Amino acid sequence: MDAIKIVLAGQPNVGKSMLINAMSGSNSLKVGNFSGVTVEKSELCFEHHCHMFEMVDLPGTYSIRGFSQDEQVAHDYLLNEKYDVIINVLDSTHLQRNLLLTLELLKLNKKMVLALNMADEAKKEGLKIDVKQLEAIIGVPVILVSANTKEGVEELLERIHDIADREHRDNSNIIYSNPVEEEILALSNFFDERDFKLRDLSSREMAIRILFEDKDLYRELHEKPIMIELQPRIVASLEHIYTHHDSKNITDIKASEYIAIARGIRMETVKCERAKGQKTLTKKIDDILLNKVLGIPIFLFFMWALFQLTFELGAVPMDWIDAGFGAFGEIVGSIIPHEGTRSLIVDGIIAGVGAVVMFLPNIIILYIGLALLETTGYMSRVAFMLDGFFHKFGLHGKSFIPLVTGFGCTVPAYMSTRTLKSEKDRLITLFILGFMSCGAKLPVYVLFAGAFFGPEEAGNILFIIYIAGAMLGLVMAKILRIFVFKGEDEPFVMEMPKYRMPSLALIWHTVYSKAMGYLKKAGTFILAASILIWFASAYPKQPLLGAEYETKIEQASGDEVKISTLQNELKLKELEASYLGQLGKVSEPFFAPLGFDWKMAVALETGLAAKEVVVSTLGVLYAVGDDVDEGSASLIRELKANVSFASAMAFIVFVMIYLPCLAASMVFAKEAGGYRYLFYLFIFTTTVAWVLSFITYRILV
Amino acid sequence: MKLSELKKGDRAIIKKIDTDESLKSRLVSFGVARGSELSIEAYSVGNQTVEILVDGTLIGLRRSEAVDIEVEKI
Repeated sequence: MDAIKIVLAGQPNVGKSMLINAMSGSNSLKVGNFSGVTVEKSELCFEHHCHMFEMVDLPGTYSIRGFSQDEQVAHDYLLNEKYDVIINVLDSTHLQRNLLLTLELLKLNKKMVLALNMADEAKKEGLKIDVKQLEAIIGVPVILVSANTKEGVEELLERIHDIADREHRDNSNIIYSNPVEEEILALSNFFDERDFKLRDLSSREMAIRILFEDKDLYRELHEKPIMIELQPRIVASLEHIYTHHDSKNITDIKASEYIAIARGIRMETVKCERAKGQKTLTKKIDDILLNKVLGIPIFLFFMWALFQLTFELGAVPMDWIDAGFGAFGEIVGSIIPHEGTRSLIVDGIIAGVGAVVMFLPNIIILYIGLALLETTGYMSRVAFMLDGFFHKFGLHGKSFIPLVTGFGCTVPAYMSTRTLKSEKDRLITLFILGFMSCGAKLPVYVLFAGAFFGPEEAGNILFIIYIAGAMLGLVMAKILRIFVFKGEDEPFVMEMPKYRMPSLALIWHTVYSKAMGYLKKAGTFILAASILIWFASAYPKQPLLGAEYETKIEQASGDEVKISTLQNELKLKELEASYLGQLGKVSEPFFAPLGFDWKMAVALETGLAAKEVVVSTLGVLYAVGDDVDEGSASLIRELKANVSFASAMAFIVFVMIYLPCLAASMVFAKEAGGYRYLFYLFIFTTTVAWVLSFITYRILV
Repeated sequence: MKLSELKKGDRAIIKKIDTDESLKSRLVSFGVARGSELSIEAYSVGNQTVEILVDGTLIGLRRSEAVDIEVEKI
């Protein structure tokens, strides 16, 4: 027997993903994601009672009329693909609104099952749903389920079996308003008298579609002789309906009819046992969180707390991972005799991959926080509060989350732009995200602020740098909106979902898959990049130079200071002759107007791999030994001696603006939809960085 | 009067929605259409956005959308 192919459709926030998890349980055989145009539908298979189930999860849409892109995806799939059963997932506590989509789905004339999810919540709210009555009206099986408690899930699967085996779906008994019903009756009688048939449509269905101006049906009818008799009848019927509705816009009429039907069904099938007028919990929470005075400070506090947690708590395992990779590198190094191979594996691969894995704890904590924001329903409130401010800069209220995340790490920030539905809003946000200085740029700032400002000023300078980056980002967003991503704004019409306790299972699932994805993707790219950079900095080898310094070091015979100086000198010379050094020399003219020497140029170029590398590269190039960090006193001295104040400030500006690290760039390309966009980003950020650095340098010099 | 002229706590019935089809359809799928009853739940700072309650669903709207909705206070 063939697998039963099921399509899940439902409005957003009805717990579709949870239900899928509950249905497939541990029987899940394969989970794969494949992307549509901008949104993803996912597919998975599992076995139930020796039957294969193939499930396709469509993006959550409020409607399938196909105005927005994800609605189009859902619409096209439902209309054109082959499948056996539609599961329409509804939120039991918001039946009326959810039924609007159900009414549209019924028009598809496919086998369908209604899963009324969150039945447990409905019970708690005192809602009693008459399932039998609902089945009688809609004409498809209705099952109360709860993905949370797994209640009804087994029954749902059984009913899918049943309905998949059946030939046809029962007719639904949906009743329109009186005048519409009268005209439906008149038209369908007319069809019956003439014995007129079209496709598998019933006379009633034909009448409904004619009255609501179904374009496809009109096209077909156009060629039929019956049209001559039909036309005057349609005109009369429509006139009657227009008078009743006091409107000639059939779309509007259809909308009010549907809303009335949904309201009618709800009134007939749902009994509320709780007294009306009682303040709901959501209302009480909203009164505090959306308060005009307190709302934004409360939000800022949450954000602050999240970032404190991310970076304070994340720093602990970060140190362990760092130490672990260091120790691992040493052990591996000690067992590989060949010098070139050892250097490749230890300095290239292990160090490079380690630098990426190190950020994993931060990313996990940040994602837990973001998942909490989203699943509790708070995120929509934040977008609501901030939309006014962000809209002024051509951004959407929802852009806020990625922008704030960007101060931590640009990689998860890029990923979180997915919550933005409009393609233009998403691209603008992606393009300006790099201006929010990430945590890895901090060492660079600390180093330069420490070198060129007094200790009491350095903190303020850091603050100014971060704020300046953010302001620049907003200004750039406005510029992009005006000149590049022109056109209509995405309207802000957003459901404010009810506050819900977050489900641990769902958060675990989200965070786990995101973390694994980060490790896999960034890991492979970083691996390749690490090898490349290692190679460029280690080759071509300079055997003559090495031999020359070896003798010099031998001659120094035990003078520690002299040996150390000689070793650094050798490193510098080797680096200068390496491919990386050559690159620095070649690109020097490009950076010269900004007051950068070739060493600073190389530091910026290696910084393309990871921003932390900027400091260590400077350390190597200014020859104070390999182990430098931002607190290194000798590096600060060297910088002061070799770099002018103007060049240093221009350098900070450049670092602040130019292309984010390799891992982030790769994620950017994926999220934006192609390497083409990465190329644009490179041009955009480099131009802005160059121009602003140039201005900074010229003003200060 | 316009939806944007209502105050927090006001209740009203929608008389007319004067926007393009795509936004109208989006509003309809939320249950916001001619004849729907709504109440104003919250305004954000500067009245840039408004939160309305329609048939048990809370919906956030931007001011520019709210001015296009004609209502009658009840």
